[in-house]
Amino acid sequence: MKFLRKQLDSVKHNFEKGGKLEKYYFAYEAFDTFLFSPNTTAETKGAQIRDAIDLKRLMMTVIIAMIPCLIFGMWNVGHQHFLATGKTGTFGGEIMIGLIKVLPIIVVSYGVGLGIEFIFSTIRRHPVNEGFLVTGMLIPLVMPPDIPLWQVAVATAFAVVIGKEAFGGTGMNVVNIALTARAFLYFAYPSQISGEVWTFLGAEKATVSGYSGATPLAIAAESTTDVVTNFNAFGAGWADGIYSLWNMFLGVIPGSIGETSTLMCLIGAFILVATGVGSWKIIVSVFAGAWGMGLLLNMLGSSPFTQLPAHYHLVMGGLAFGAVFMATDPVTAAQTETGKWVYGLLIGMFTILIRVFNPAYPEGIMLAILFMNVFAPLIDYFVVSANKKRRIQRATV
Amino acid sequence: MSTEAEVVEKVEKKSEPLFSKKNRKLVSNPLDIDNPVTVQVLGICSALAVTTQMKPAFVMALGLTIVTASSNVAISLMRNTIPGRIRIIVQLAVVSLWVILVDQILKAYVYDVSKQLSVFVGLIITNCIVMGRLEAFAMGNKPWPSLLDGLGNGLGYGMILMTLAFFRELFGGGSIFGFKVFASLGIPYQGNGLLLLPAGACILLGVIIWVQRTLNGFREAH
Repeated sequence: MKFLRKQLDSVKHNFEKGGKLEKYYFAYEAFDTFLFSPNTTAETKGAQIRDAIDLKRLMMTVIIAMIPCLIFGMWNVGHQHFLATGKTGTFGGEIMIGLIKVLPIIVVSYGVGLGIEFIFSTIRRHPVNEGFLVTGMLIPLVMPPDIPLWQVAVATAFAVVIGKEAFGGTGMNVVNIALTARAFLYFAYPSQISGEVWTFLGAEKATVSGYSGATPLAIAAESTTDVVTNFNAFGAGWADGIYSLWNMFLGVIPGSIGETSTLMCLIGAFILVATGVGSWKIIVSVFAGAWGMGLLLNMLGSSPFTQLPAHYHLVMGGLAFGAVFMATDPVTAAQTETGKWVYGLLIGMFTILIRVFNPAYPEGIMLAILFMNVFAPLIDYFVVSANKKRRIQRATV
Repeated sequence: MSTEAEVVEKVEKKSEPLFSKKNRKLVSNPLDIDNPVTVQVLGICSALAVTTQMKPAFVMALGLTIVTASSNVAISLMRNTIPGRIRIIVQLAVVSLWVILVDQILKAYVYDVSKQLSVFVGLIITNCIVMGRLEAFAMGNKPWPSLLDGLGNGLGYGMILMTLAFFRELFGGGSIFGFKVFASLGIPYQGNGLLLLPAGACILLGVIIWVQRTLNGFREAH
């Protein structure tokens, strides 16, 4: 550590005012404060609230909450590979394939995103923010494992420039940046991101007989008979009971890297709620909205998909991941406490509506969250005006 | 952008009195600081709808330039005889005359492009740029400045249309004017589907506005 400090100090004079690399001061500063805690403290005058949590620690907490999803996702990528090719793999071999497929996506996402962030902070002369630390990890987790790396790079660049920097940088974005990246790929290169086969098959591409890459959502959308029966019948011969309720809850199913496992998302939710980083109201209300909408459809609907028991909706697709890590994004969610309930409930309800009634979009959580991101300020506005009205009525002047 | 401006300037030097500094501004301002699309934010609907390929965008830009310039001249000639109360309906009648002419010519000579443009040629009648120029300029100015103003605004609109269509066709479909650029260079290219959607064009238009305002330092007055 001392060596690093010495190296940083020895080049510091170049970046200070009057130094030859003055332009790049903020790039240097970002590296410095990333490695060491800055030696500046709050001024002594005035009243200051001191708290150990700052933006960096907040972001690190979210990353820690994502680690269960990431590790499980890596193992699952390898596991699905061996399931689909009909071979038996060891635990180490499964993790290894996961590492080989997932690490490059993470590296590309961080490399491109941080690169753009450094360029913008140098041009605009402001310190580099830590906002991308979480986004850079969320992007790989919502990508299918066989996504081409150049698409990850293009999507990350688009999301950071158009989703964030155009609006003024970290904390100013209107919509969730990681979901912007995914939405970009969804509309720009639909064949890779909405395809049926989301399993890395390796070079030989040979699959076990009877293999099908259909996701639970695709099966449910195409079913003409009882969906649950179709789920239980799926995978007979090569992966018995792969889409049973319990297996979908555990997440040992094909899908995007981090989103398959509801269990791991709940562990992440526990970490976020226990540390006070994520809002439990949003997480609970998204699940409640989805479940409520599922029940409503059970009563009203006639097609097999609407008759799917409501609790199935909670473990299918990316609902849990979106509820825990995307909807709770403090920048784009509703800010008022009542608003959070409305915001979450509507996300859950729209997700199920899109899933069941829109044949073009098999999963609805991405579009539902982006949609409600745009409406979050409006929800806050109504909550605040209602509060004002109540207080004016109470006032006796 | 620059080539169009240069052509205009060359003509200007030959006949000085007609091209005073004020008159030159009538053509050059709409290309930059007073652009009908990126600054006044008019004509967005057709700018997003006809720009998936360069050929229809070019024809549309040409058609709008002709209609704006000719209607500007016609209205300017009649400006003192038009009763104020019914001026909008008179303007509409004049514009629709030119639009029908353009539409018939397109149908006669470039039928396939006319098919692609579909309703958008007819909708030039209600195009905000045409109506705006008639109301804001031709009703109060002589025919010659009105002609320049119409040409300038048509070119300003056409410039943005061509820029949009260039990026959308090149990166969305991998071609320029129907010529497969990436395929002929031997580069495998996968078209970007977002750019072919109107939403992608809207984002691209936003980026053009961002670049333009960074370059010329334009700020909206608050």
